Amino acid sequence: MSPDLPKLIFGRLTLESLPLHEPIVVGTFVVVALGGAALLGGLTYFRLWGYLWREWFTTVDHKRIGIMYMILGIVMLLRGFADALMMRGQQMLAFGGSEGYLNAHHYDQIFTAHGVIMIFFVAMPLVTGLMNYVVPLQIGARDVSFPFLNNFSFWMTVGGAVLVMASLFIGEFARTGWLAYPPLSNIGYSPDVGVDYYIWALQIAGVGTTLSGINLICTIVKLRCPGMTMMKMPVFTWTSLCTNVLIVASFPVLTVVLALLSLDRYVGTNFFTNDFGGSPMMYVNLIWIWGHPEVYILVLPAFGIFSEVTSTFSGKRLFGYTSMVYATVVITILSYLVWLHHFFTMGSGASVNSFFGITTMIISIPTGAKMFNWLFTMYRGRIRYELPMMWTVAFMLTFVIGGMTGVLLAVPPADFVLHNSLFLIAHFHNVIIGGVVFGAFAGINYWFPKAFGFKLDPFWGKMSFWFWVTGFYLAFMPLYVLGLMGVTRRLRVFDDPSLQIWFVIAAVGALFIFIGILSMLMQFAVSLLRREQLKDVTGDPWDGRTLEWATSSPPPDYNFAFTPVVHDNDAWWDMKRRGYQRPLTGFKPIHMPSSTGTGIIIAGLATAMGFALVWYMWWLAAVSFIAMVAVGIGHTFNYHRDFDIPAEDVIRTEDARTKLLAGVN
Amino acid sequence: MSRLKILALLPLAAALGGCDYVVLAPAGDIAAQQRDLVIISTVLMLLIVLPVMALTVLFAWRYRQSNTDARYEPDWDHSTALELVIWSAPLLIIVCLGALTWMGTHLLDPYRTLGRIHAERAVDQSKAPLEVDVVALDWKWLFIYPGYGIATVNELAAPVDRPITFRITASSVMNSFYIPALAGQIYAMPGMETKLHAVVNHAGTYKGFSANYSGAGFSGMHFNFQGLDDRGFDAWIASAKSAGGTLGRAEYLQLEKPSQNEPVRRWGTVDADLYRLILNMCVETGKMCQSEMMAIDARGGAGHQGLTNTLPLAYDKYARRGTALGPEPTFVAGTCTPDAPQGRTTASIAAPLDTAPLLGAGLKRPSFMPLKSSSFFLGQRPKSDS
Repeated sequence: MSPDLPKLIFGRLTLESLPLHEPIVVGTFVVVALGGAALLGGLTYFRLWGYLWREWFTTVDHKRIGIMYMILGIVMLLRGFADALMMRGQQMLAFGGSEGYLNAHHYDQIFTAHGVIMIFFVAMPLVTGLMNYVVPLQIGARDVSFPFLNNFSFWMTVGGAVLVMASLFIGEFARTGWLAYPPLSNIGYSPDVGVDYYIWALQIAGVGTTLSGINLICTIVKLRCPGMTMMKMPVFTWTSLCTNVLIVASFPVLTVVLALLSLDRYVGTNFFTNDFGGSPMMYVNLIWIWGHPEVYILVLPAFGIFSEVTSTFSGKRLFGYTSMVYATVVITILSYLVWLHHFFTMGSGASVNSFFGITTMIISIPTGAKMFNWLFTMYRGRIRYELPMMWTVAFMLTFVIGGMTGVLLAVPPADFVLHNSLFLIAHFHNVIIGGVVFGAFAGINYWFPKAFGFKLDPFWGKMSFWFWVTGFYLAFMPLYVLGLMGVTRRLRVFDDPSLQIWFVIAAVGALFIFIGILSMLMQFAVSLLRREQLKDVTGDPWDGRTLEWATSSPPPDYNFAFTPVVHDNDAWWDMKRRGYQRPLTGFKPIHMPSSTGTGIIIAGLATAMGFALVWYMWWLAAVSFIAMVAVGIGHTFNYHRDFDIPAEDVIRTEDARTKLLAGVN
Repeated sequence: MSRLKILALLPLAAALGGCDYVVLAPAGDIAAQQRDLVIISTVLMLLIVLPVMALTVLFAWRYRQSNTDARYEPDWDHSTALELVIWSAPLLIIVCLGALTWMGTHLLDPYRTLGRIHAERAVDQSKAPLEVDVVALDWKWLFIYPGYGIATVNELAAPVDRPITFRITASSVMNSFYIPALAGQIYAMPGMETKLHAVVNHAGTYKGFSANYSGAGFSGMHFNFQGLDDRGFDAWIASAKSAGGTLGRAEYLQLEKPSQNEPVRRWGTVDADLYRLILNMCVETGKMCQSEMMAIDARGGAGHQGLTNTLPLAYDKYARRGTALGPEPTFVAGTCTPDAPQGRTTASIAAPLDTAPLLGAGLKRPSFMPLKSSSFFLGQRPKSDS
């Protein structure tokens, strides 16, 4: 056997690539392997593989895909949060000559992975999952415009997540910070596989995100039920529309900038190198032209959730619907004109800096208007403090602080003293946790009964709420303080012992959040056990206002037996008030899309190709690429793409609901 | 304005006493002005944030379900007057803040020379500013004092009340040069030069560090910045001189190799052209300087010969492995004597010595041409000759 054969087969993957010298990673691997084996064994033992494949993995039903996105987001939250705990632990311990318990090689991967995972594989799936589940229901549609594409998008996102997770045990992840600025991320300074994992994970997941954006735009534009003009759409649908426009317009920029970086790394071009006319600053500009809209991609749907929740639980029409919509659109447009505020300190002239500083501040005007609109929705309402509303009030109080520090950072001279400091870290966690995460939790608690037919347990929900909220303040207010002491981000060891107390408080806060996360998992488990007591048979447990509450919980595969007709922007509220009677006869067969395994297969091949490219296994990359194309072409010959749900089945489903409803009334 | 500042500081001082809030209590005039902007902007925003938070709590409590005394109007969803208020209130704040931003950003532009030593004292035009060339290396800071011919690693000193002009670059990856007590940060980037003008007003020892993550040794990449009186500074220069040693091109190429937690080092003499060579990435003999490359390109490039004028690269900070599918790494070979000095690099912007117009005295009609309006604040921007 020639010595080159292993290299030909495995590329640069050798036994030394496995991080056997890192006890923490080995320990994690053992736990994950045992847990994974138990899970797989359990699935095999209870013969669930067939069920999972038929009903979930290959499904094109937007509701199930939405639920799978949520599961992905929550699983990845555990990984991303484990990284957060390790960082807090390291920064709490590494004082007075102590090196802490993480070496630079490991610590630098952790903060990079934390950022990447939390944005791309926690926040994005949670937001996309909620949009996927709710938007078609809110607009009275049977599914999204391109159901197969939806399934494919989801599995591409999973593919990216799988690559990030693989980097934990095979090789290493990037040690560059979550945006991988060159020259540090270029081959000269990061010759290892970390940055390649980063590139391919984001490229593969990015395909999914872009396609899902196209899909949801088409859905909202084309599949609204009769009567639902643009200005009668629920606010969540509006914010989803704007978010997906942002996705479609900005993710290609990310794709291109990462493609250029991979050209630099793989074939020796000089887009972002120091020499030969390359410009690292160009990368920083391009990545933030994607990166700033990304922030609004995450937070706009959260704004939509808060609008729905405030209006529902205040029992009142949303104050200023029109200005809410225009505020959303204005934010969408302005989010493209502010990217440079992420690097005022990179030496731009004063006029350029002022321009971007002022455009950034201008965004706070529509955002402030939104805040007032929620406030005046509560005004003269009858507020029921269920969990979604609690998250909303916590959001309103928390987000204004984050917004204020954000505008402060938009003043360039102020940014010169606070940029890259822990003040900045506190600021963006303040808006992402206070806005996006609280919003996702409000949304989960709000729509869970729709998806599963029973409410979430309020006791554990409140536990989770209070631990999260207090934990957030304990963990991040000290970081604001440290930022004012001039402490910068991503430091691994510290000299000044007077700083330690603040890091200890922050670590306690992180532990509180950890309890909050555990309580949330407990909430799911307890709710599942108590599902009979928490059951909702009406389909409308919160006295809702929008169309998703018009159908049963969980909704039938076809969502609505008859496409609803809308006369008001609180469509279901209006129907209830006008004495809407559910139709009991006249059901017809319903045309629906068929499940297909093509999405998961292509995504699996794409993941294999990404893995192969990371490790320079050229044969595997070529084989999986050809296979992807072949499967894609093969799929075009699949003529069993749709079927009709027979009228009898519709009648049976609707009759069952009639009986249930009669039992209640 | 200064009374407002003090008032704004009071609660902060009370709440935060004890710790070293260097960003809020710096030792240099530039950082102090930046601090003032932080505080004024915060106060401006609190004007709207505090009422919003109070109203949130009030409405959340007053309109709770169990309070049946509160009015309930389920269909009330519009009020033009209220809409006007909720759009215009933030707008007004942003108009004020925007004006403050425009002015503050220009006045505190790090490329601008200083117009004043501190609030009460204009800069003395007869005294030349202290020049310091800063190079971020993996993972230490190199400071070259061209006026004194000395160089140090991880140690910086400057006389109190004398303006300092920093010219900043890096050897390999991006860093950010930041001394919180002195002035805001600015990035240090390879092959590029940034500038910072600052002054220290109080003697003392302050921390400086890199504020942009740059790899494994990043945490140890800090130094002490000493503000000294004139005599102390002369003594410091003298002791550096007496340290002996020469920092030339060969020594620099050794120094720039990655190392962590470097102790303080000093050289009594330094190659006068070293900083220019570092900036143009041509310390290695035989490598073409960027300025030369750009000059050739500006004249239309070297044509086909330009494509072949490369030499294999033996060393690029790390042992560079080259790319998987690309050719072996190379660099452009120099075509003229690398020792020939080539012009200044970036230009500074001159500060107005009289800030009275900023306060409104003799204010001219503003022009809406962006370049002109900035030169209104800045004086004429000298043309770059790089």
